[in-house]
Order: sequence, then structure tokens, then C-alpha cells
Amino acid sequence: MIVLPIIFQFVAGTILLFFWRKTTVQKFLSILFSIIGLGISIWLFLLVWENGIMITQSGDWKAPFGISFVADTFGVTMVLVSSISGLAVSIFSAGSMRKERLEFGFFPILHFLIMGLQGAFLTGDIFNLYVWFEVVIISSFVLLTLGGKKQQLEGALKYVSLNLLASSLFLIGIGFIYGLTGSLNMADVAIKLDNLQNRGLVSVTSGIFLVAFGIKSAIFPMYFWLPASYHTPPPAVSAIFAGLLTKLGIYAMLRTFTLMFGGDEFMGDIMVILAALTILSGGLGALLQQNMGKIFGYLIVCHIGFLIAGLGMYTELAIMGTVFYLIHDIIVKTNLFMVSGLILKINGTQDIRELGGMYKNFPIISLLMAIPLFSLVGIPPLSGFWAKIFLIQAGLQTQDYILIGFIVLGSFLTLWVIARLWSEVFWKNGIDLPKKASGLYFSQMSKTDQWLMVFPIVLLSAISLYIGFGAENIIILSQRISTELMDPSGYIEAVLGLKTMTP
Amino acid sequence: MEILLIIIIGLLHAGGLYMLLRRSMFKMIIGLILLGNGANLLIFLLGRLVKGHPPVIEDGMKVFADIYADPVPQALVLTAIVIGFGLQSFAIILIKRVYNVLHTDDLDELNSTDEEI
Repeated sequence: MIVLPIIFQFVAGTILLFFWRKTTVQKFLSILFSIIGLGISIWLFLLVWENGIMITQSGDWKAPFGISFVADTFGVTMVLVSSISGLAVSIFSAGSMRKERLEFGFFPILHFLIMGLQGAFLTGDIFNLYVWFEVVIISSFVLLTLGGKKQQLEGALKYVSLNLLASSLFLIGIGFIYGLTGSLNMADVAIKLDNLQNRGLVSVTSGIFLVAFGIKSAIFPMYFWLPASYHTPPPAVSAIFAGLLTKLGIYAMLRTFTLMFGGDEFMGDIMVILAALTILSGGLGALLQQNMGKIFGYLIVCHIGFLIAGLGMYTELAIMGTVFYLIHDIIVKTNLFMVSGLILKINGTQDIRELGGMYKNFPIISLLMAIPLFSLVGIPPLSGFWAKIFLIQAGLQTQDYILIGFIVLGSFLTLWVIARLWSEVFWKNGIDLPKKASGLYFSQMSKTDQWLMVFPIVLLSAISLYIGFGAENIIILSQRISTELMDPSGYIEAVLGLKTMTP
Repeated sequence: MEILLIIIIGLLHAGGLYMLLRRSMFKMIIGLILLGNGANLLIFLLGRLVKGHPPVIEDGMKVFADIYADPVPQALVLTAIVIGFGLQSFAIILIKRVYNVLHTDDLDELNSTDEEI
């Protein structure tokens, strides 16, 4: 029953495959399926919110032997948020994606990608997590290369090779886990790792996982593939990548480092250092760039640092801040890339030196775009503000004053970047750019397509506003998630069943 | 047996890393394939090698009385091989496309994504 979102996305993708060339039907069906998928996620979320952790054992094999699917609050929240951004991207790409890309199966692959993500959020088995990771990255490879422009291919080569390397490392880590514990079920592994005497070996294994997930989520020394590849595909694809793919690495880190390698102090210190450097390098990188896609790419790196910082401090408040930031970041980053896509469609370029006069020509759209941009900075009471408050508070508790300095510096750099972007793109007087003959501009598009591009931005902006103004609800949610993550005994008991605890 | 496997795994990893550090695209993908195979063998090794004991419970018994071969690592390795095969074939096709478009095999010349555009 828990696997329903996954199965549904699989069915949706398969049905879409039958309409290979009929792009209009595909657009309609994809939006419909995304709405139904969102409905299913909301239903699952409410169910888990009422009843607590739910388990499905595949093939009815008892827990440590079969593959368990676990829907705890964290997992279903991620499923819900990924469905929301999936819906937004589906609508946005129906409006903006070119026909030649749609004809080569863009929508089916999009649904398979979301299936992989939701599978990863719901699985309770470390090897199954690896398989879902592979489902996600193979879909993302196809989405990234679809269209086959020169730049896209180059960006894809960097992305593909580093992701393959990360997968090998992940596999080696799983091999170590199996060698140490003889089990793959994460709950079972957690118990067995706790009883292990050889702590050094556990630390090494967690280090391998840190590097593997670190490459996928683009933390400090391993982030170079991200700014090199994320601005090359069409903005709709960048939007889903920015919102969900790097966050999948963060999810996997949060899951493994709280459940399996709970509170390893040595790794925590390393993570805090990496977080500070990630914030610094992402922020400075964003400051130097002129291309909007690349600026946002570096901002992703910068804000991954905040997420790692919370995990590195490893207190309940810090994890809560991280979870809050994660929810906020997925929505805002998806929205940001859609905003950059809309600006690209209106002006035909993403270079901020050439852009200008957006506010004069499109005042309402500009005000709409201000919401994600300033939520990202965290101007109170918009959504980014609350998460940072909790992270800084957690830093004061654990007395990581240098880290607090970096978090404040990161926020300041983000503010600087966004302010520069705002004055260059929106307030500066625009020059008339020569129109490219090949491109289809926003003003030439049909009314429906224009609405299809603007509506998802409205939708996600409304959600960001809700996260900001209705923060108390999200705080309750992230509080519950962090309590569950910091004390995994509830998770372990639910997965293994109390009887198997005493063999 | 185990010593032999350990040496092979070490060689595969060393060779893979060496190939990854070269400047050629094709050598890079060969390096990734070697690393992947090294990882597969590592799982096989860490699942404990047993010689001459099947992973089957004998007639009339309820549990394993003897040492047995663990079937799980074999299942894992098989899955990993299949997944790795898919990804590697995608990467090879991608490299061929990149070569056709850019007419170069040198990774140092792949820097147009870093230029200002």
C-alpha cells in the first residue's frame, strides 16, 4: 500500500510511452497524472501523520530478509514535496518545452525520474536505495542529454562520469556494510552496527558514504560538476534537477547518518568544516558569474552547505532546521529555475549584463518573481528566514561560532547575489536585444502556453509564502521529523517488529 | 582464494583510478568500468567466500547445520552488474556523441561549459 505512489508513477510513465509522437495527448496526460500523483502523496502523508510509521514487506518476507518499504514522516514529507515540484515542472514543461524534445519521450522519463525519487524516499533497504539511485540517475542522464546540443553533451559527460564514480563508491560502501553486519535492512544494520566493537571500521564506512552522497549532493570538494552541467539543459529540466536531485543525496545522508551511523562525532566535525567551505565556495562562485543559470547553480551549492551544517551539528534543533530548510529549498530552487526559464523565454538570453527593464515591461510577473528570489535570501517573514534562525540557534547551543559566522556570511552572499540580479535584470534600463530567428519568444506563444508557464511559478510561490507565513505548521512537522530521526528506536521497532528484537 | 581476490580487487581499483586520472575520455570510461567491476568483486569477497557448501538446507533439516554459502552477495553482484552495464553502455554512447560533435578526445578541451555565454 505504501508503494502506491511508486507504482502509480511507473504506470503513468508506461502509459505515456504509448503516446510516443502525440505530444498534445502527452502534455494533457502528464499533468493529469501529476495531479493524481499529488493526491496520492497527500493521502499517504495524512495516513502516516495519523497512524505513525507504516511498513510494507515486499513478498511478505519478514523484515531483515525481504525488502522493506518504510513510510515514516520524513519519507512521506519528501514524497509530498517531490510530487508538488513534479507537478509544477510537468505544467511548466508542457508550456515551454520544444516539440523536438517532447517527441523523444520527455514526459515518460520525467515520470520515471519521479518514480525513482519516491522509491528512494520510501525504501528501508540500503541496497534498494542504491537501485533507486540508479533509476534516478539514468533518467536524469536522458533528460540532461535530450536535444543533444554541444554544450549539453559536454555538461552531460561531466555529470555522467562523476555520478558513475559516486555509484561505484556507494556500492563499495554497501559491500562494507554487508561485510560488517551481514544485513542490508537499514534498521537491522543500525542495531548490528551499534553493537560492533571496531568503531574505526564503522567510521571508515561512513566516510565512504559521505563521499558517495557528497558527490551526488555537490558538497565542497566534489561540487564542480554541478555548475558545469545544470545550466545546459532546458530550464524545466534544470528545475527538477535543482529541486530534487541534489536533495536526494541530502536525504540519503540524513537517513544513513541518523539511523545507521548515529552521532559519529568525528564525521560530524568533518561535516561542519565541509559545510562552511561549501557555503563559502558556492556563495563566492555565484558572485562571479554573469549567466543566470550558472548563478543559480552556484547558489544550489551554497545552500547545500546549510543543510550539511545542520547534519554536522547533530542536535535535535539542528536537524529540525535542516529538515525545514530542505522543504523550503526544494520548492524555492525548483521555482528559481522556472523563473530563469521564463526570463529566457521573454528576452532570449540569460546573461544578466544584456538583460534589463523587466520591471518596466512586466511589472506583475516581476513582483511574482520577487517571491522566490527573496524567499531564497530569507528576508523575514518569507520562508528561508525561519530555517536559518533554527540553524543559528542550534549553532549557539553547540557553540560552533565559526560555523554561525559562515552561515551568516552565506546569507549575506546570497543577498548580495540576488540584489545584484534584481538591479541588473529588473531595474536597469533594458536594451533592445536582436531577436533570434530560430527561438520562440514569450510574446509569440499562444495564450494557453503563456499561462502554462506562469501558473507553476504562481503555485510554488504560493507554497513558499505558506511556508513563510504558516511557519508554525511546518515547524511542528519538522519537529516531529527530527524527533523521529534523532531517536530511531521507533523506526527500528516498526520495521523489525518487536518479536524479532529478541531472537 | 581470498588473497587472490584481494589482489585482483586492488589491481582493478588501482588501474581504474589510474585510468580516471588520464586526459582521454575513452580511458576515463574504461577506468570507470574497472572501478565498477572492482566494487562488484569487493561485495563478493566481503560476503565471505565458502568453498563446497551449497546455500541449500539439507533434507529433513529446519536450519543450516553446517557452514553455508551466502546467496545474498551473489544476488547483489548480479543486480549491480546489470545496472552497471546499462549505465556504462549509456556512457559509451554519450562519449561517442561527444566525440562526433566536438572532434576531440582530450578532456582538457571540454571547457565550453565554463566559458561565459
